[in-house]
Amino acid sequence: MKNIWNEIEKRILVLDGAMGTMLQAYKFTEEDFRGERFKDFKVPLQGNNDLLSITQPHAIKEVHAKYFAAGADIVETNTFSGTTIAMADYEMEHLVYELNYESAKIAKEVADEFTEKEPHKPRFVAGSIGPTNRTASMSPDVNDPGYRAVTFDELRIAYKLQVEALIDGGVDVLLVETVFDTLNAKAALFAIEEVKAERDINVPIMLSGTITDASGRTLSGQTAEAFLISVSHIPLLSVGFNCALGANLLQPHLEAIANKTDFAVSAHPNAGLPNAFGEYDESPSEMAAQIEEYLKKNLINIIGGCCGTTPGHISAIAEVAAKYKPRNVVVSC
Amino acid sequence: MQDKDPTPNTQHQKPKTQTKFMRLSGLEPLVLNENSNFVNVGERTNVAGSRKFLRLVKEEKFDEALAIARHQVDGGAQIIDINMDDGLIDGKEAMVKFLNLIAAEPDICRVPIMIDSSKWDIIEAGLQVVQGKCVVNSISLKEGEEKFIWEATQIKRYGAAVIVMAFDEVGQADNYERRLEIVARSYDVLVNKVGFAEEDIIFDLNIFPVATGMEEHRKNAIDFIEATRWTRETYPNVSVSGGVSNVSFSFRGNNVVREAMHSVFLYHAIQAGMNMGIVNPTMLEVYDDIPKNLLEHVEDVILDRRDDATERLLDLAETFKGIKKADTETVQEWRSYELQDRITHSLVKGIDKYIVEDVEEARQQAEKPIEVIEGNLMIGMNVVGDLFGSGKMFLPQVVKSARVMKKAVAYLNPFIEAEKGEQQQAIGKVLMATVKGDVHDIGKNIVSVVLGCNNYEIVDLGVMVPPEKIIETAKAENVDVIGLSGLITPSLDEMVYLAKEMERQNFNIPLLIGGATTSKAHTAVKIDPEYKNAVVHVNDASRAVTVVGDLLNKKKSKDYRDKLKRDYDEFREKFLKRKKKKSYISLDAARAKKYKINWETSTIVKPKELGIQKLTQLSLKELVPYIDWSPFFRSWDLHGRFPDILTDDIVGEQATQLYSDAKKMIEEIIAKQSLKAKGIFGLFEANTINDDDISIQKKGKEIGVFRTLRQQLDKRAEVPNIALADFVAPKESGKQDYMGAFCTAIFGADELANSYKEQQDDYNAIMAQAIADRFAEAFAEYLHKQVRTKHWGYGANEDLTNEELIKETYKGIRPAPGYPACPDHLEKETIWELLDVEKVIGVSLTESLAMWPAAAVSGYYFGNEEAKYFGLGKITQDQVEDFAKRKGITIEKAQKWLHPALAD
Repeated sequence: MKNIWNEIEKRILVLDGAMGTMLQAYKFTEEDFRGERFKDFKVPLQGNNDLLSITQPHAIKEVHAKYFAAGADIVETNTFSGTTIAMADYEMEHLVYELNYESAKIAKEVADEFTEKEPHKPRFVAGSIGPTNRTASMSPDVNDPGYRAVTFDELRIAYKLQVEALIDGGVDVLLVETVFDTLNAKAALFAIEEVKAERDINVPIMLSGTITDASGRTLSGQTAEAFLISVSHIPLLSVGFNCALGANLLQPHLEAIANKTDFAVSAHPNAGLPNAFGEYDESPSEMAAQIEEYLKKNLINIIGGCCGTTPGHISAIAEVAAKYKPRNVVVSC
Repeated sequence: MQDKDPTPNTQHQKPKTQTKFMRLSGLEPLVLNENSNFVNVGERTNVAGSRKFLRLVKEEKFDEALAIARHQVDGGAQIIDINMDDGLIDGKEAMVKFLNLIAAEPDICRVPIMIDSSKWDIIEAGLQVVQGKCVVNSISLKEGEEKFIWEATQIKRYGAAVIVMAFDEVGQADNYERRLEIVARSYDVLVNKVGFAEEDIIFDLNIFPVATGMEEHRKNAIDFIEATRWTRETYPNVSVSGGVSNVSFSFRGNNVVREAMHSVFLYHAIQAGMNMGIVNPTMLEVYDDIPKNLLEHVEDVILDRRDDATERLLDLAETFKGIKKADTETVQEWRSYELQDRITHSLVKGIDKYIVEDVEEARQQAEKPIEVIEGNLMIGMNVVGDLFGSGKMFLPQVVKSARVMKKAVAYLNPFIEAEKGEQQQAIGKVLMATVKGDVHDIGKNIVSVVLGCNNYEIVDLGVMVPPEKIIETAKAENVDVIGLSGLITPSLDEMVYLAKEMERQNFNIPLLIGGATTSKAHTAVKIDPEYKNAVVHVNDASRAVTVVGDLLNKKKSKDYRDKLKRDYDEFREKFLKRKKKKSYISLDAARAKKYKINWETSTIVKPKELGIQKLTQLSLKELVPYIDWSPFFRSWDLHGRFPDILTDDIVGEQATQLYSDAKKMIEEIIAKQSLKAKGIFGLFEANTINDDDISIQKKGKEIGVFRTLRQQLDKRAEVPNIALADFVAPKESGKQDYMGAFCTAIFGADELANSYKEQQDDYNAIMAQAIADRFAEAFAEYLHKQVRTKHWGYGANEDLTNEELIKETYKGIRPAPGYPACPDHLEKETIWELLDVEKVIGVSLTESLAMWPAAAVSGYYFGNEEAKYFGLGKITQDQVEDFAKRKGITIEKAQKWLHPALAD
């Protein structure tokens, strides 16, 4: 297997685009989500996209293949909500290992097919690790600021299970993404370090935060640089930002961290800001033009798309990315 | 695969320069690079170091405990040390609870946290609840290498820096060699066995007392300093820290000497490489300010320069004993005055410090407690009233006087009530209310206070008061006067309605009208004719007292009311006559004379960021430079331009005092985060359609329409009849243009004002509201600048001073619905829909379309360089009907909302 550490030095790696946006097109019904196996399951399952890796695996593979065909080097597994904490909404905590394992496996199958066809351009699978739906450093109850809906240990245990399943399923990289509370991310990193130590392996980690406020902070209040410092204790393959903002709005935050880290820098922005109807409508060429600004400034090693992006966007982005050299990772002495 | 862990330094070369720097974080970064000074760690949140903090934690008074943390950060601590090690506390639970609470206070948790405990389980519990990169204080080789390695490994995984005590299995390092030995061994284990980042290691090399009289303590300071030098030279990437106050332990009680010792010690230790430590900034003398002979004696001790250094310093120290810094307050001369003069002085000067003491003295002299109010206090207040009436005192002073008065009365009330049957006889009862749909009450509150301290009883119904409630309360309370206030234009109609109701129900008491949009003209023309009794427009608080006095004076009242009626009749007639001269043109004719921008040549800049964004994390600190102070002084009836007003011959002194009080409160608001700024804005594709409407689009799809109003005054041929729509390219031009909308608001003003009111402190209550208003405006100004220079970006190169900002010398405008260019409040609803304002930032609209919270600004952004502010003036019925049709509302509804702008 080709090594992602080598590839990232050669070129700008392209990450895939949105999974959810693509799955919407299939217009899966409640029955489709359930499939044969869960047809009598006790709670409604429509909307549980992670489950589709088991009940509609062909669709997931198709989406992965479309992104690879569009020029992506890395696809993300369909496991954004694959923790016992996030799956509690569907009472599917017991299926977490299987969901992650299967998602990793099918993504890896597609990746291997493409690598075989184009050996000069090896394809990779990143195990997507979402933020869960709870925050470890903020209270959901405005009247009780000291309250926490989840603890570090609960997160650590949940993440550990997800990480083990993703690795068993064959992912090349782990991607801790859409970090809106840095403490959640630190619990994920802690879990990954435990697994690494227990299995004596060194799986590369990508870490991607989310800036949600026009004043340039994460939901949990940190500036981009403070966020970077808080997650730099673990050797990372890359650090960067995704979601919440369009490419142009993300640029200042990338600039804020690019010259302050020895890690590679990643970005997977949304297709613009949502319009009044909650839709993303920045076109592939518009988005690629914005991203070209990053590349001109030599800010990026890994580039992709988040909400609202499609293979069309990734194709346009890959085309632009091919024209530029990756950001020089300055290794400190 | 490569590992990024630091490569072991096995060569035993001595690198001379630092190459890696410790980086810590709270909400904000703290990087200890070559440019950073000594990092001071705040230690008051340590149960071992602060008895007060220990008590607060024991009693679970976490709010007050948080205040200590906040005070430390405000005082310049760059890291705060938190320690809960006490036998009587559940340390783990207290640590987690306190850190969780700190996480909710952005002004505290912006700095990194130092988790301080001798118990590993407390340290780990702390590490699990802090998102930033912390410092662990501390670990050591005391219990052997295995435990040390395990703890360091965990700390590395949690992502924290660590303080390593110079301590090993043998004991604490107490000389130069032992310090070096333990540093070298600890460093080796951490870096080579654990893989700990060397820049994340901080050595605490043990600061021990000197001048104890014991021979073996003589070198305590110099050994620390020299061990520090060795450590930083050998391992330039690590840090060295220590608790400085230990060094002067033997001089407890002699602060002059202790402060000199601390600063001498630090001076030398910092030069040797100590870059972090716990220092109480109030226990530190400036090195250069230390008296020369003291400096010499202290340096002899710290640097161990003479055998008799300790004896000599002890001798010298005797002469400094008991000397305190000049902080004892000089007793003011006026405190030696006669009792009445002291009370009057307190009232006139607004000093509340001694009033209870003086009033108590007066009470003991008086036969009945009520006499103190009727006598001593009223004598004082009469002086205040006279000075105010003759223009020698100003509103802020009077409000302060009222605060003192209230405090005195509050003290006396229990005594008065104890002697039943007595009641202070108010000279009149005044009902005050802000009318239905309106939320603004600063002016009303000021008038209430001023009347209140002139011995009127005030029945304040607050804001958004429905007319039925005003009528009902007026009857039930049998009031003598009703005062109505309002700031937004729809309030004017509410006032007219109330006057009609009072007439219908045969009221026989005067009606006072006040508030920013009210005017003598409106009162005379619209309100006065509806009510046979007196209607008076009172727009400044200083007049309120004399007006109400004359209205209620039994002898003069009838004459005065008659005179008022005649006055308003005359005024009305003149006004209507003058108005007749104005003529208007039809809407069609006005449209033909629109303001014409040449769209072929005009520059249109596409916003860098189309779409909607919110700001909820903004610090008020950033808004302070954008405050426009002139309106602030106006709200206190002090007229003049800022900053000239501060040196004005007449009001300068008062303005200066007010300004300094305001700044003090702003500091407090920022420190306590008692107000919170939230804003939202959107930038959109836009084109003018059908002359006066602006179609807002997203990707060519219409998502909203702003209706604008056009001037109809008959003007000279070359002067255009403007509407805001003229500043946006019309669809026919084929040019894609843009516009924006925004809302900024300050939350928490009411709560803050009420907290002052509860303490009888109206001065600060009004101050809080006035400041919140200024912040909301400053936020709008700040946001406009961000939009011009960043988000829209057409003004990316502008570089204006704050003064120029206030003078609006930049390009583009931000007119607000309800103000002269667009007096129609209805368009706020369009903004609310477009931006989803209420849902995203929580600002709502009342039935009269006032914004809640009251300290809020909303409006549009127009970016064209020809866009300018203008006044709509009056419009005619044809435009009202056209507007109704365009907007799809009934003519009646349009009439109701456009009423104030309608020419009759």
